Amino acid sequence: MGAEQHDVARSRVRAVGWWLAALAVVVLAVLLGAMIGPAGPSAWRVPLAFLDRIPGLDIDSGVSDAEWSLIWNIRMPRVLLAGIVGAMLSVGGAAYQGVFRNPLVDPYLLGAAAGAGLGATLMIAVWGDAGADWPIAPVPLVSFVFALLTVAATYLVGASFGGLRSTTTLVLAGVAMVSLTTAIQTFVLQRNSEVVREVYNWILGRVSTAAWSDVRLVTPYVVVSCAVLFLHRRHLDMLRVGDDEAATLGLPVARVRLVVVAAATLGTAAVVAVSGLIGFVGLIVPHAVRLMAGSGYRRLLPLTTAFGAAFLILVDIPGRTLTAPAELPIGVVTAFFGAPFFIILLRTREIAR
Amino acid sequence: MSSIEFASVTVRYGRRTVVRELSALVEPGGWLGLIGPNGAGKSTLLRAAVGLVDHDGEILVDGAPLDKRSRRAALLAYVPQSPVMPHDMTGYDYVLLGRSPFVRYFATESRHDRSVAMSVLDRLDLAEFAERPLGTLSGGEQQRLVIARALATEAPILLLDEPTSALDIGHQQQALELVARLRRDEGLTVISAMHDLTLAGMYADNLVLLHEGSAVASGTAAQVLSPETLAEFYGVRVTVHHEADGTVVVIPRRESLTG
Repeated sequence: MGAEQHDVARSRVRAVGWWLAALAVVVLAVLLGAMIGPAGPSAWRVPLAFLDRIPGLDIDSGVSDAEWSLIWNIRMPRVLLAGIVGAMLSVGGAAYQGVFRNPLVDPYLLGAAAGAGLGATLMIAVWGDAGADWPIAPVPLVSFVFALLTVAATYLVGASFGGLRSTTTLVLAGVAMVSLTTAIQTFVLQRNSEVVREVYNWILGRVSTAAWSDVRLVTPYVVVSCAVLFLHRRHLDMLRVGDDEAATLGLPVARVRLVVVAAATLGTAAVVAVSGLIGFVGLIVPHAVRLMAGSGYRRLLPLTTAFGAAFLILVDIPGRTLTAPAELPIGVVTAFFGAPFFIILLRTREIAR
Repeated sequence: MSSIEFASVTVRYGRRTVVRELSALVEPGGWLGLIGPNGAGKSTLLRAAVGLVDHDGEILVDGAPLDKRSRRAALLAYVPQSPVMPHDMTGYDYVLLGRSPFVRYFATESRHDRSVAMSVLDRLDLAEFAERPLGTLSGGEQQRLVIARALATEAPILLLDEPTSALDIGHQQQALELVARLRRDEGLTVISAMHDLTLAGMYADNLVLLHEGSAVASGTAAQVLSPETLAEFYGVRVTVHHEADGTVVVIPRRESLTG
């Protein structure tokens, strides 16, 4: 008994170590994101400026008001938005992988991305004038609604063929809906070739135009989505033994799957609406965390959230500095830096085994 | 201790009837062995009991129907034929899953749940696997953990679907002895679907022989395991030995040797 208690205690220590590491990585990423940029004060002065803003502390950071405004109003929203988007796509990916018991799915599986893409295309190409006097930006709003509608349609199609009992039907319904939506989008684009570039820019993903208003816009959705997903971490662990066994352990499998997919889709649609289609993150971050810290969802969900946020903040830094003043689309940078990192991780794990 | 009763249970997959008007009663603390050729409906009957397939007729525990999912999960612990063993889940986390029927929807496992899981591991001499990932364990070790997970539920009724089909003869005996000991010590009621007729007869106090979804013979091993019955429903030639201690041994014969 003593040895096992020791083991349990050791795994507790390991867990605390992971939380601290995740927190440190996020703080470091945010700081680096705020420090580095093509214009502005010397990087090392930025942390001093942050300390200076803490009530009760008075530090001569040498950062002028104009430079602080650049940090606070240009860099910070961008850093935070990248963090929120990265966190949401990663935790959404982990949740989708959990309910579909497939490590190769991402939060776009059931059509969130394709729907958002169609919505944005329609808004830019066809309904462009209609949204001119809307109180909030029309393209994000329409892509958000289309993303939700597409996933809902996938679910209804899947359910009508008994897809709630098995995931295969649902996934196939997703494949069909994605193809259909993409076909419509391609058709619309082909008829309106003058907007191809604008739509393409949207699809590649960006956090470059971020402002505090964007952060405020997505935060509620992401918070609700993450809260619901975190509340289902035990259920996701139960699903690891399969639908049947989870059901015999008392889990309402179809309902859990619906709730988790709905929550993950809500958050994903919200971030896709403001940032475009950033691929790769929702697939690779959960997988990397699994390789490092194990597959239990109680640990996976929070760690994925943290590392996903840090990952997107960090890859955005080369995205805006390498070709400054031009920008690299973040969707390109995520894959460019993420893929080699992931391959290295995969290799070291295979060798360690 | 609880009894479980099947009252003219019928299961259909589409138009095909897989279990037909089956009735059986297992007394509290009894062990019923379900035997029969592949596709006879043994697994389906167990799956109907745990609610994985819809059925007509009634399945009663202590005379009451299993209406609610959580009640069913708390009363019936189910060991599937090929359990899913997530390769990097630890033995302890796996056994703790057995407590799920008692955890409220948004809650996590209580201190009591964790101590039950730990004590089951201790009782089955599995404590050394508590922190080991399932993927690093042998088939026999995994099978004992599956039984441990079922026991962690503390359900009065244990349903085993081919519990030994993947095990060698030593581990078969070990697993069945474990179930027999737990049945005796904890008053479990057991239903097991089994292919090995000798083992089925040795451990169960009653056998039901299923054929195309119907119960075609039932009773003690000595009554059910006759060469004529087995020839009729399995299409096999066997010799049946009755040993002095009451054990019924079923021996398949080669055609050339029986002529």
